[in-house]
Amino acid sequence: MNTLSQKTILSVNQLCCWQSPHFQLKDLSFHISEGCCVGIIGPNGSGKTTLLEAVTGFLPAISGEIQYCQHPIKTFNQNDLSKEIAIVLQSTELDQSILVEDYILLGRNPYRKHWQFWESEQDIQMAETAMKITQIESLRYRQINALSGGEKQLVRIARALAQDPKLFLLDEPTNHLDIAHQLQILSLLNRLKREKNMSIMIVLHDLNLASEFCDKLILMQKGKIFRMGSAKEVLTYQNIEAVYHTRVVEGENPISKKPYVFLVSEDKQLERSESK
Amino acid sequence: MNQKAIKWGITLSFLLIILFSVCLIALAMGTINISINQLIGIFFNQVESTEYTILMEIRLPRILVGIAVGGALSLAGVILQAVFRNPLVEPYTLGISGGAALGVSISIVFSLNQTYALSLPFFGMMGAGLVILAIYSLNAFGMVHHMQRLLLIGVMISFISNSLFMLIISLSKSEQMHSIMFWTMGSLEEPNRALVYCLLIVSLLGCLITSIFSVDLNVLSLGEADAFHLGLHVERIRNILLIMASILTGFCVAISGIIGFVGLVVPHFVRLFFGSDHRTVVTASYLVGAIFLILCDLLARTIISPLELPVGIVTGLVGGVIFIYALVKR
Repeated sequence: MNTLSQKTILSVNQLCCWQSPHFQLKDLSFHISEGCCVGIIGPNGSGKTTLLEAVTGFLPAISGEIQYCQHPIKTFNQNDLSKEIAIVLQSTELDQSILVEDYILLGRNPYRKHWQFWESEQDIQMAETAMKITQIESLRYRQINALSGGEKQLVRIARALAQDPKLFLLDEPTNHLDIAHQLQILSLLNRLKREKNMSIMIVLHDLNLASEFCDKLILMQKGKIFRMGSAKEVLTYQNIEAVYHTRVVEGENPISKKPYVFLVSEDKQLERSESK
Repeated sequence: MNQKAIKWGITLSFLLIILFSVCLIALAMGTINISINQLIGIFFNQVESTEYTILMEIRLPRILVGIAVGGALSLAGVILQAVFRNPLVEPYTLGISGGAALGVSISIVFSLNQTYALSLPFFGMMGAGLVILAIYSLNAFGMVHHMQRLLLIGVMISFISNSLFMLIISLSKSEQMHSIMFWTMGSLEEPNRALVYCLLIVSLLGCLITSIFSVDLNVLSLGEADAFHLGLHVERIRNILLIMASILTGFCVAISGIIGFVGLVVPHFVRLFFGSDHRTVVTASYLVGAIFLILCDLLARTIISPLELPVGIVTGLVGGVIFIYALVKR
């Protein structure tokens, strides 16, 4: 999947970020190729969201460097960067009474010229395309606070797509969604990657979804990268036990042949060790 | 042509027509009623008469102050509710009115208003200005990282200045106490013409500048992180808007006293009827605020005529009841 001919879109070198006195990102180095989907996994509080915030420049780095297309991210104007990198945050609360269409049009803000009061024809076109891709055209005139959780997530993604990004960051986009919606969102991302050659960096809690949809996984622990590589290399029971402190059984998805992790409840683990 | 632009134009023209009619009614009605025909005659002939004096010297300045103050307070409410993403914030939440009240009470207690005509608004503005400066420097020097904390500090400043205000009242003589209390309740009467025009210009400029920032307000109301990721210079724009809201509030409070409720209710009312796109909300709130305050003032000076109620009482009563009705009805 990941060949040498592919251009590196994002490279992070020895990045350190200070988020609070209790939490820092330490010495992170990795790179993302064009058209590649990188999954970030790890326990709660391991720095996954912080890493995304550091990549967009929302959280300034104290040392190390982030390069976007071979240029340090610091040299980018914030507006220009927003045309390249879009993010779907987990914390975005859609509780306003704003129309879905208007909300998605806000994604065109980086392209707004000085003194521009109304959206241009192109802005409307792009919002239209974003709604088409995410299949939410029917929601266009609905109030955003009246949507279901799955619909809201699609609307958030559509707004980010209206930014026309080349690198797409998503923070746990499948949280609180049923399996059909989870699959819908991840298949959508897959399609974007394939058809638009978009690079994707996605934080996921579900290890099996990450294994299924990502080309490369980064397993984080306490603000550091614990392991990085293909799903086969990262999702071993030793790695998972070391990071999550819980026992799992490794397996394989019978159709995709990707690694599959089975969770085992603690009493079952006890039973098993007793019977042995 | 963009459909939204057409809708925007229609909404604003509709509100402008209402504002114009309300102004005419407010000019015509009062202790002495003047018919609309007479009104036009007086305006065009410019003959010195009692009616002419009433219109030009009393009612017209009052209406101008009503437009300026009603518009500016609503505008400040729109800005603050969007910046703090909190629907309960109003221009007085940040303690600006408390500062102004303190300044005015000091001026009254030291009888400065008898020596200098402009001392009341000047001291009011100074009080408001000090609070603005305190809030701004806390924000600008990065001493407050969370907007919610800034809001809480504003509320605390408001409490502190209110307590000091009460202290001054309790120490003052009874006739001074009366004039302080009356000022507190708010009035659109302003004898100084220059100040009226000054207020009107500041208020209209405020409306213009806020309109320019209305798309930014839309983005800002998504929250700080989202706004940043949409390429907005959050810090800079927030500071500009906060200062704008503070200056508008400071001016209003210094000249017309404390007229509550307009800044809280008008933006909600506008959003309820015209949607929450700030391109419409900003200008529509200005116009609706002006209409609302002129109507309230009309009520305040006609309901127990020839006596007059403080307009602050009317805005609270009328605004509250209408708003509850609108909320329940929806």
